This record gives sequence, structure tokens and C-alpha cells, in this order.
Amino acid sequence: MRDYDEILTEVYQGLKASGQDGVRLDEDTELVGDLGLDSVQVMEMLLEVEDRFGISIPINILADVVTIRDLAVQIRRLTGD
Amino acid sequence: MALFDKFSRLAAARRDLAGYGVNPFGVEVERVLSATEGEIAGRRTILAGTNNYLGLSFDPECIAAARAALLAEGTGTTGSRMANGTFTGHLALERELAEFYRRRAAIVFSTGYLANLGILSSLTAPGDVLLVDADCHASIYDGGRMSGAQVIRFRHNQPEDLRKRLLRLGERAADAVIVVEGLYSMLGDRAPLAALAEVKRECGGYLVVDEAHSLGVAGEHGRGVAEEAGVEADVDFVIGTFSKSLGATGGFCVSDRPELDVIRYASRPYIFTASPSPSVVASTRAALGILRRRPELRRRLWDNAGRLYHGLEALGFRLGPEPSPVVAVLLETKAQALAFWAGLIERGVYVNLMIPPATPNGTSLVRCSVSAAHEPEQIDALCAAFAELRGIAATPGHRACGADLAVASAKTSRGGG
Repeated sequence: MRDYDEILTEVYQGLKASGQDGVRLDEDTELVGDLGLDSVQVMEMLLEVEDRFGISIPINILADVVTIRDLAVQIRRLTGD
Repeated sequence: MALFDKFSRLAAARRDLAGYGVNPFGVEVERVLSATEGEIAGRRTILAGTNNYLGLSFDPECIAAARAALLAEGTGTTGSRMANGTFTGHLALERELAEFYRRRAAIVFSTGYLANLGILSSLTAPGDVLLVDADCHASIYDGGRMSGAQVIRFRHNQPEDLRKRLLRLGERAADAVIVVEGLYSMLGDRAPLAALAEVKRECGGYLVVDEAHSLGVAGEHGRGVAEEAGVEADVDFVIGTFSKSLGATGGFCVSDRPELDVIRYASRPYIFTASPSPSVVASTRAALGILRRRPELRRRLWDNAGRLYHGLEALGFRLGPEPSPVVAVLLETKAQALAFWAGLIERGVYVNLMIPPATPNGTSLVRCSVSAAHEPEQIDALCAAFAELRGIAATPGHRACGADLAVASAKTSRGGG
């Protein structure tokens, strides 16, 4: 299982690399509400995250992913599988 | 959040469209004149966005069959296949589909959407895994959601990405269900089925191919992209629709799996809806017969597809990756696509406007679908209408749209539409 803080750092890096540079990111930042990602952008972002961590994120869990913290928690769980 | 708040974004998008004076998502076809012509906004219009690939919706044989069934069996079955809604025609259609695909059995559904919902939701259950191409149709994703299985997307048309994800599943890969389409409806690109089948052979899993846009279109006998690629033996389930090349409505699944008949009794979208009307079943059977007997329709379709694709290519438009009966013209922005679409309507040409989230990678496009029933002159008229609108596509970062519509109208009145 990957270290949570390490995952968080990588998620921040990934989001910044995909055009969220200049936006203040923290664990409570909402992917849709704060970053304004639409459903297509969320899916694209997830494909990047999956490659970065070598995991497959079932889209079923997306309903529970609102904030960056939610995403990091799911990644930690999936990297532990 | 209040009950109706969830609609606020949609309502805002609708208001934006209303400002343009056209509603591309609520077009009224006032009169249907033929498989390729109708009247829209009082104007005679070439229909080039109807998926009517073989142009059979007005075929005299199909109409005669539908009319005879209508007179003999009435307007509707008024019931589920599992209750009073199985007539001799439904069973005959299932036999004919199985025979056409050289498969053990077939199930007929009331729509293509329900076919995907019905098969995927009953084939998989919580604990199972569905691996779905990222660009697959909403009905495939909805079927996955309904099943409760884990749904994992893989990158569109990338067998290597599928392989990676199957390998990550370990032992679970053997029972994973891989779902792809034969020909993708937005850009008209084919699935690389030979490579996908090889990944399946190597890593395990079952392969489902939705040939909605390729039945009657691809393959020597019109069985679809799997036939064309020579990998039908690797496909465990073929799903398809009657609402495109067969000119009616309804859906089906064919398979060699002996379990298919049991799946029927587990499939809620099969059970809890009325079966297709007798006239629909009759015209579909007639259309399937024509599809089998008249391969020249397929040749004409591809001639038309090539004529449109290469015509638009020569005009410098950015198109989907390969010539096919779906010809997508890619535009930079939603506003450009809307202006373009409206300009075509003004010129008596109907195509589909496609904007996110219905499109891959957030692209905006106007999507043509070609028919075997189009005359070459109609294809040339399409190209001419596109040529007049080149200015819209050529403007990078194109934004304001009202002005373009005015320009489009002015050009139409000058050019006589």
C-alpha cells in the first residue's frame, strides 16, 4: 500500500500538470465544484491517475469521489489490492 | 440541494442554445419524403444523419411485410415476451438472426438500448468485472451500472491498455467481460478487433462486440467488423440493433453460449417491457432478408461513404480517422459546431450536431451518416454545402455565433440554398 501523503503529492502534481496550475489545491478541493472539471475531464483525469499509479479505478466508485481527499483514499485502497 | 437544482446546468445550456434561434436537439422533421429526404423548417432537406445505412426504411418489401403484420396481428403485442408478447414472428426473427450469424441462439429485445442493458446487466453481477472501451455507447455503461459489476474503462481502441488492465486483474481476468463496439458511432472508426481478440486469447475473459453501426455495413456478408477482421470465433456475444441498417427499431444478442436462453429469464430489460410490435418484427425480418440477398447495397453505401469522406477531405476539413459510413467533421469549439450545423440546416442539409459530453475527448463535431439510398448527386450537394461553410471551420478560436448564423443565412439566400 502506498503512503497516503506520497499519493496526495502525486495527485497534486498530476492535477497541476493537467492544467490546474495556479489553483490552490488541498485535500478539501472538490474536483467538480472547485476545479470545474466536467464529466469528460474527470474521466480523462482518472485515466492519467490510473497510469501514474498502475491501477484501474472502477467507475462505480466515482459517486463517492468528490474531493481530492476522496480520490487519494481510493487510490490508497486500490494500490493496496 | 433542492430536488430540481440538479437541472440548473442543463437549463442554462438550453437557454444558451435558445439564444441561437435553433434547437439542434429537438429538430422537427415535418415531412418524411424518402429514406434520404425530408422537410425541416419548411425546407426540402437532404437527411444525412439518420443511420439509415442501407436506406431500407422505405423499401417496398419491408413496408408490405409490416403492413401485412399490422393487419393480421394488430398494432402492438401489449405484453412482455415472458407473458403474452411472444408471437411466431418474434421466434422466427430470433431463428433467422442466429442463422445469419451462424450462432446457436439469439434473443430479440425491444430496442438496441435495451439489448445492451439486458445482456450486460444479467451477464455480470456484483463481484464481476466489465472492461469497457472508453468511447463505448451510454447503453453499455448503463448496463454495467445496472449489473453492479465493477466497470473499468480502457483507452479507446488501445489493445495494449486493455492487456495492462487484464493483467492487473490477475486470476479475475479469466471471467472478466470485455465490451467494445465494431464501428464507433461518433467518429466512424473501427475497433482493432484482431488485436483485441489476441489480447483476450492471451489474458482470458469474454468478448462482447456491439455491432450496432456495423451490421449490414462491414464484413463480406454484412455480419459486422468481427466478420471483416476474421475473428468471429473469438467473440462470445454479438449485440446489435434493428434501428440502423434494418430501418426499424429493436435490438438483439446472438451467441453460441448455451446459457443465452437462461440469460433471457434473468434479464429485467427483456422481461419488464412490452415486446416489439408485429409490424416492426415483420419489417425487420424482411430487411434482414434484403441485407443477405443484396450485397450491392453495401457496395453502394461504401461508394457513397468514400465519396463524402474524400470530398470533404479535399475541402480541407478535419475528419474522423478513416472513411466509413459515419463521417465526422471535427471543429474547434462548440460554438463553431453549432454555427456550422445551423448553416447546413439553412442549406437544406440535416446532419447531427455532437458536443460534449456525448463526444470523445470533449470534441465538438458535425456527424454525417451516409446511406446506400443517397444518390451521388446528393453526396455532391452535401459537399457543396460544407464548402460554403468552410469559413466557420477555418476560424481558430471561433466564438461568437449569432453573427455566423446571420452570415450563414445571408449566404443561403444568395446561393438559393
